[in-house]
Amino acid sequence: MAAIPGGADHAHDHAHDHPSGIMRWVTTTNHKDIGSMYLWFSFAMFIVGGIMAMVIRAELFEPGLQVVDPDRFNQMTTLHGLIMVFGAIMPAFVGFANWMIPLMIGASDMAFARMNNWSFWLLPPAAILLTTSLLVPGGAAASGWTLYPPLTVQMGMGMDMAIFAVHILGISSIMGSINIVTTILNMRAPGMTLMKMPLFCWTWLITAYLVIAVMPVLAGAVTMILTDRHFGTSFFNAAGGGDPVLYQHIFWFFGHPEVYIIAIPAFGVVSQVIPAFSRKPLFGYASMVYATSSIAILSFIVWAHHMYTVGMPVAGQLYFMFATMLIAIPTGVKVFNWVATMWRGSLSFETPMLFSIGFLFLFTLGGFSGLVLSMTAVDVQLHDSYYVVAHFHYVMVAGALFSAYAGAYYWLPKWTGHMYDEKLGKLHFWLSLVFFNMTFFVQHFLGLAGMPRRIPDYALQFAEFNMISSIGAFGFGLSQLVFLVVVLKCLKGGEKASAKPWDGAEGLEWTVPSPAPHHTFETPPIIK
Amino acid sequence: MSSHTPQQAPYYYVPAPSTYPITGSLALFLFAMGSVLWMNKFSAGPFVLGAGLLVLFYMMYSWFGTVAHESEGGLYSKRVGMSFRWSMGWFIFSEVMFFAAFFGALFYARVLSIPDLAGLESQALLWPDATAAWPNAGPGYDGSPFTPMGAWGIPAINTMLLLMSGVTLTWAHHGLLHNNRGQLKLGLLMTIALGVVFLGFQIYEYMHAYSELNVKLTTGVFGSIFYLLTGFHGFHVTIGATMLIVILCRVLAGHFTPENHFGFEAVAWYWHFVDVVWLLLFVVVYWI
Repeated sequence: MAAIPGGADHAHDHAHDHPSGIMRWVTTTNHKDIGSMYLWFSFAMFIVGGIMAMVIRAELFEPGLQVVDPDRFNQMTTLHGLIMVFGAIMPAFVGFANWMIPLMIGASDMAFARMNNWSFWLLPPAAILLTTSLLVPGGAAASGWTLYPPLTVQMGMGMDMAIFAVHILGISSIMGSINIVTTILNMRAPGMTLMKMPLFCWTWLITAYLVIAVMPVLAGAVTMILTDRHFGTSFFNAAGGGDPVLYQHIFWFFGHPEVYIIAIPAFGVVSQVIPAFSRKPLFGYASMVYATSSIAILSFIVWAHHMYTVGMPVAGQLYFMFATMLIAIPTGVKVFNWVATMWRGSLSFETPMLFSIGFLFLFTLGGFSGLVLSMTAVDVQLHDSYYVVAHFHYVMVAGALFSAYAGAYYWLPKWTGHMYDEKLGKLHFWLSLVFFNMTFFVQHFLGLAGMPRRIPDYALQFAEFNMISSIGAFGFGLSQLVFLVVVLKCLKGGEKASAKPWDGAEGLEWTVPSPAPHHTFETPPIIK
Repeated sequence: MSSHTPQQAPYYYVPAPSTYPITGSLALFLFAMGSVLWMNKFSAGPFVLGAGLLVLFYMMYSWFGTVAHESEGGLYSKRVGMSFRWSMGWFIFSEVMFFAAFFGALFYARVLSIPDLAGLESQALLWPDATAAWPNAGPGYDGSPFTPMGAWGIPAINTMLLLMSGVTLTWAHHGLLHNNRGQLKLGLLMTIALGVVFLGFQIYEYMHAYSELNVKLTTGVFGSIFYLLTGFHGFHVTIGATMLIVILCRVLAGHFTPENHFGFEAVAWYWHFVDVVWLLLFVVVYWI
């Protein structure tokens, strides 16, 4: 595929203006450094958000109030959501994008290397705003991550900190996405046509488009909350002619595409991993591209399915129900394509493949429960219940997180130059799989039985399932530390990885040595 | 003019490590913290906010200065120029979506929430006197009566000003393309002047609205949407005018050639975008 592998032959070094120590990381313009920082940051935030989840599950371990008071509990659910969505999952996939897209398309770096650094370094200030808001008078935002008024118009300064954190995260992700779109559209190596790109690049092209389209809408929504709070406007105040439901419309116009901003790069990673360990090209590449694009476009016209119980005309409910169900078609195309890729393949089950297959089963299950929720008549019963919590954790954790793990194990040899510990990796997978289902599968039953979400206490009949779920959650939380051990071990040493450690892997990233040298493809390879 | 000797541009210029981004992060953090403190009545707020803005202006001045320097030094190949074009287009798209949120709020208020509040149910249970007329400050509005802005006074003049500024900017662009630097400078100067006059009228209109028409930020959903839409637009005109001034300074310093002047074009794109937002605003906020 590639004529010129970049890398080790670069005699000329750029050391003359390269700071060392901490300043190397603060000032770097290298996509690999920035990708690594994104990945580490996202893992740190994953731990922070995970500790909040542990607090939630500890409180729900048995009925009654034991661990935190209700207001803190609500702050935990809010920050857990905001941190996991904006601090953990999104930066994880931006980290993959930074590391892998230039390697996959044969570019020397991202299109705007300095701005790339800024996209990353805006994340820590936002994280500081979010986490320190727990310490200010009145505590952090306690409205749920959706930040619905009128609650959000009433809360203390922690709410303002959350609003500004969202603004900064928005600036970061818009800049990051403009960078990614520009890199993909403008910096492909000669001969790398769009339809020859690895699917991961395609999924990021579409995701970045979604980010640029909807993050500004969220910025508008939280700005209106801010002015309602402090400057006497009436956007969400019925007495002044506004409507709290207006916020829900604007928020979910952002929020539904946001779901795909998280899911689509996950599809991309899985679409790289499954062919590699099936030793077959991806089945239906073109249909994957069209299906992903369809999902992205449909995501703009289904938002009110998050709001069936808000008081919508029946015609509106029917429209949003059918439009939502349409999404199952392109999603089904993707699932069938992954299965068809494995069909009669020469399969092997290393950790990345295990996580991908875990993704395939559990994400599909989350998709099915989504179909259940898309039906208005059913949703009226299940709305804001634990069924919804179970549904989106199947999509977010078993979907996005499992796929991120698949990608991390798949590319760790390329990043570190060492093979990770396969035994520990498999242990990580199986522990995660079992404890994940223990945590979230029972929540379907809790929701069907009527347990509402976002409450610190519950009726006695929910006790057993909640205890099972909490034990599962503690187990899941602890199992993630195995991953940290794997990564640290892999960084320190281990079996040397060859340029292409997976015999079925395809793509330009496997033509450069492992670990990938600091600068790659300074002159582009020729793609035939 | 740049001190660099023009050289063969690298295939794709990747800048050296830089402290601009972390400076910008510090600026935005101070800006955010300062705003939060100010809004919650801490006396340190304005100072922290001001420090954030100062750092931000310093960062932008140095960063953009470096980019202009690199560009004039011939470090940017055609491909880098193409990156700038793509990214400016996508940036403007993100701005379009930002304004879409506020236009959406306007349509929602006019089409859904105001008529709903004046519906039979709401009248029977909550506000017997609610009306569905627009402009509307809501059924619970207890301030004194207000008069909405007429479209055919200052707003119409402002529309003409912005449309003319689009023409003068294009005229300046033609001057640049034909290497007529006098026309370029004059066109830019006229565009900036038109933008500044627009802003002056806008400030006058706000003062008029507050002192005589009684249209305030607190005048229900009408006041909210009026000030946020026109305010954010005015803010964008300010940014655009500032960028035009920077471009004029660069022109006076001898930057840009008929072949290589994307800095100019990017600002022109932005200016036309702000212009189009105004036209939409004029029609749906002032006129109908």
